[in-house]
Amino acid sequence: MSSKKDSELPVPPKSGFSRRGFIRGVGIGSGALGTGLLETEAAAAAPATLGPGPVPITLNINGKPVNLTVEPSVTLIDAMRNYLDLTGAKRVCDRATCGACTVIMAGKTVYACTVLAIDAQGKNIETIEGLATGSALHPVSKAFYDNDAQQCGYCTPGFVMACKGFIDEHPSPTEEDVKHGLGGNLCRCGTYMGIRKAVLQAAKEMKGAVKNG
Amino acid sequence: MPEATNERVYGPQYKLIGKNYVTTDLLAKVTGRSKYAEDFRAEGMLFCKLLLSPLPHARVRHIDAREALAMPGVKAILTADDLPAPADTLTDNGTVIKASKWGERGLTIEPVYQGEPILAVAAVDELTAAEAIERIQIDFEPLPFVVDPLDTLRPGGPNPRTDGNIWTTPPGATGPAVKELKWTEADFAETKSGRLPMGKTPDEWSYGDLDAGFKSAALVLDETFVTPDVSHQTLETRSAMAYWQNGKVYIHSGTQSTAQTRPAIARWLNMDAEKVVFISEYTGGGFGSKITGGVTMIIPALLSKKANAPVMMRISREEETFIGRARPGFQGRMKVGFSKEGRILALDMFVISDNGPYDAQGDSPTSGRMVSLLYQPQAMRWRGVTVLTNTPPRSAQSSPGGLQGISIIEPIIAKAARKLGLDQVAIRYINCPEGKAQYGPLVQGQMQHATSAFLKDALQRGAERFNWQGRAARSPKRIGSKVRGVGVALSCYVGGTVGFDGLLVITPEGRVRFQSGIGNLGTESVIDVHRAAAEVLGVAWEKCDVVWGDTSKHLPFTCVSGGSQTTHAMTRAAHAVAMDARQKLQEIAAKGLGGAPEDYTVANERVFRKGSAGMTLAQAARRAIELGGKYDGHEAPADVNKVTKASIASLAGQGLVAAAKDNYPRDGMTHSYVASFAEIEVDVETGKYYVVDFLAYADVGTVIHPRALGGQVLGRSILGIGHAIGQKWVFDPHYGVMVAKRFHHNKPPTILDVPVNMQWEALDTPDPETPVGARGIGEPPVGGGCASILNALSDALGDEIFRRAPVNADTILTSLEAGRPVQHPLMAHI
Repeated sequence: MSSKKDSELPVPPKSGFSRRGFIRGVGIGSGALGTGLLETEAAAAAPATLGPGPVPITLNINGKPVNLTVEPSVTLIDAMRNYLDLTGAKRVCDRATCGACTVIMAGKTVYACTVLAIDAQGKNIETIEGLATGSALHPVSKAFYDNDAQQCGYCTPGFVMACKGFIDEHPSPTEEDVKHGLGGNLCRCGTYMGIRKAVLQAAKEMKGAVKNG
Repeated sequence: MPEATNERVYGPQYKLIGKNYVTTDLLAKVTGRSKYAEDFRAEGMLFCKLLLSPLPHARVRHIDAREALAMPGVKAILTADDLPAPADTLTDNGTVIKASKWGERGLTIEPVYQGEPILAVAAVDELTAAEAIERIQIDFEPLPFVVDPLDTLRPGGPNPRTDGNIWTTPPGATGPAVKELKWTEADFAETKSGRLPMGKTPDEWSYGDLDAGFKSAALVLDETFVTPDVSHQTLETRSAMAYWQNGKVYIHSGTQSTAQTRPAIARWLNMDAEKVVFISEYTGGGFGSKITGGVTMIIPALLSKKANAPVMMRISREEETFIGRARPGFQGRMKVGFSKEGRILALDMFVISDNGPYDAQGDSPTSGRMVSLLYQPQAMRWRGVTVLTNTPPRSAQSSPGGLQGISIIEPIIAKAARKLGLDQVAIRYINCPEGKAQYGPLVQGQMQHATSAFLKDALQRGAERFNWQGRAARSPKRIGSKVRGVGVALSCYVGGTVGFDGLLVITPEGRVRFQSGIGNLGTESVIDVHRAAAEVLGVAWEKCDVVWGDTSKHLPFTCVSGGSQTTHAMTRAAHAVAMDARQKLQEIAAKGLGGAPEDYTVANERVFRKGSAGMTLAQAARRAIELGGKYDGHEAPADVNKVTKASIASLAGQGLVAAAKDNYPRDGMTHSYVASFAEIEVDVETGKYYVVDFLAYADVGTVIHPRALGGQVLGRSILGIGHAIGQKWVFDPHYGVMVAKRFHHNKPPTILDVPVNMQWEALDTPDPETPVGARGIGEPPVGGGCASILNALSDALGDEIFRRAPVNADTILTSLEAGRPVQHPLMAHI
């Protein structure tokens, strides 16, 4: 939905919360205008439509700004894989079901197949490629390595990032927490026992004691 | 259950076998650096998109691609006309594969399922290719179709292929052929009572006196059961990238079997295998759907030739749903006669396997063999028919035929135990195979037999560890709306083949390099099996390297990784090549230092005489190069495969080159076994249930790599559990199209579906018919996973709740309310 179209719509109800307002808040406020405009200004200013042709954007990936030119319909996963040669995250279901494309955006784990690249501007994006510093493995990667928490490895980059995001938010997870924290990622090889052990090990490593492990 | 320790020491007599270690490919996997087919880029690479058939069966009358071809950026279009004609091929083994007019070719003008690729477009980017696809007009002539095997077997029922509806091998024929089979109205009268009709079948075998068995039985059960079609859903789809250089085609794609995919590509492309280079260092899952990759990988190869540029074909999840393979569902019926002690006196098995439209799958006959071996019926008849339908193509899926057969018989055994007042473990123990257990069908008048079976031990130890007696006796089973149930199931599958080659090089630097033709699909066998050779040679693992994943890197003749063959077949080959290397080292030492070869010992990275001189492996390798001939690969053993000979020739002069064929004797057919135990909790007010605890106890011979073994046992158990708790296909029978085609409609189990403390254990009893004692494991846990859950459900809810898998919450609720199974008893894909 373009903001131009939005401005032609009737004024939102007074409650200030409507489906349209919500969409505007999520879809536009967080993305195309993430470059500085305030949401209230968005409705009034009606900036130019983006697309359908390619537009220049800047993504902040693993602490570095990268410039690229993509159609507004390009998802973050496709931008990473097809334009930036960041092929760690995988495009598997492409519909926010499996988590193989998981990256961390502004501190939250997201499915990169369900975020538009233009909406990811202005946010710090962490990918598996940025996880290791130097030659040392990140504690999460190390925990996957130590606990054989993978077989074919296709879900692994997504799982590693989901684990990192989960531990960042839940530094002392219980086994039950782990179950719910990682319910959005899928391993067809069924390595969940190893993954569960890996999360608990990584949490310990990253902070200290485990509450209920 | 106590927390899984897995700290048990397997193979205390060994240094490497039975010990945990980390495979060399793991670092790349946990850091996202492992490159799968879709991760490769080539200079000037084009992208291709497929046009898929919207109809389940049709003929393409006309293709109008003018508008698409006129688009800027569109480089080439590939149709079925561009595919090489099917031709007979000679395999590396010397057997001829006859060209089949019914075979799958990658693209077609007569689509036989919804989603079958018709053509492909290559363009500068994916968006352009996708838009070009939209602009192509195809005139289809709809043809009759069928999605339920029973519909085509009815008198006057439609045929899924223009010339028939079943696969059968006529007497004297070299391979299966499509024929027509129709049953009578009288046959179908059975359906009124919800029982599977049993018309004429092309295939049948039996042994023992079936009638006498049923006559003397204390209990006879006759049950109809339907098993689900479940897609493999490998997370990596059938994506492939291809380019040509100097007359050779280079293809990147996923496979279960690197070395064996090259001849498959050569066959599909009708070209010399030496002109094919196949690269597959990492594969994102196979489960039987990528035994030699997929035929669609020739599409980018041929487009690349046409467009004169590298072509990437990214297969989307939706496309994968259609072209990505699935397990054949069964409509099955079984009549079983039990003695009052629970021994199976007679077993009459009848199965219809839904084959999809293409190549004949072996699930139906295999199901009979597995049931015969696993429960040792005193008399047995098996009848089966492999029926074609216009649903996506099937292929082997972990325990092909085994899962289906076991899922049909296990609930019957559970029911019999309840009716006879027997313990569930006891009734399985009394029917359990042991030692060189026999099984049907008769071959040249003789029962076949297994190499070994220690399943009774696994069942007994598993029952103890799971506290079966305690759990089964627990009372009350119901607290509030929650009901607990426990289930046990046996499972088995083929666990190994013989006759492949091992190949290694001892380098002048003193390292041992294993040439591995095994695919890297995540089972770790690509690396694991070579530890058996390092063990024999007494070489530290740190001194070993493994080369894998690229057919230009001189790989030996290797088994396909399917049907749990690899660990058995390739540890044999590894043992053989280690013995050859040892012999050569002894000879080299004797030539240089005097004495007889047998005076020398190979250990600690040296070859030496007791209390006398010796040489290091590095020195021996240098000496091998000086000696030439058989020592450095300038001469190859006469009995190795021609593929291995070519690799030896390429490696010649690099060091001590050892190569050998597995010629070890074997008495019997190798099988592996599992006893699986599950406890579930059902909420009878919502129908929702959870797996509370699970244990799989495996009989897989010698344990090679505990971590990898545990991964297989639990991972494939979960694959089986998926069949019990919710995975299936749903088709619209009116239009013949798939309804539940999104990933979330048919989601494989997640961490939310499996118990927190899922456990495994293995006997570690060596198989006596193989030098290392190891058998394969990928398949057996699957049937045990599915059937133990089904049995736990009937323990919790009674025998009259379900007659098919999966068992969903709605099945439970409606059946509990009605007091009888209310699902359609026979219809496929609902």
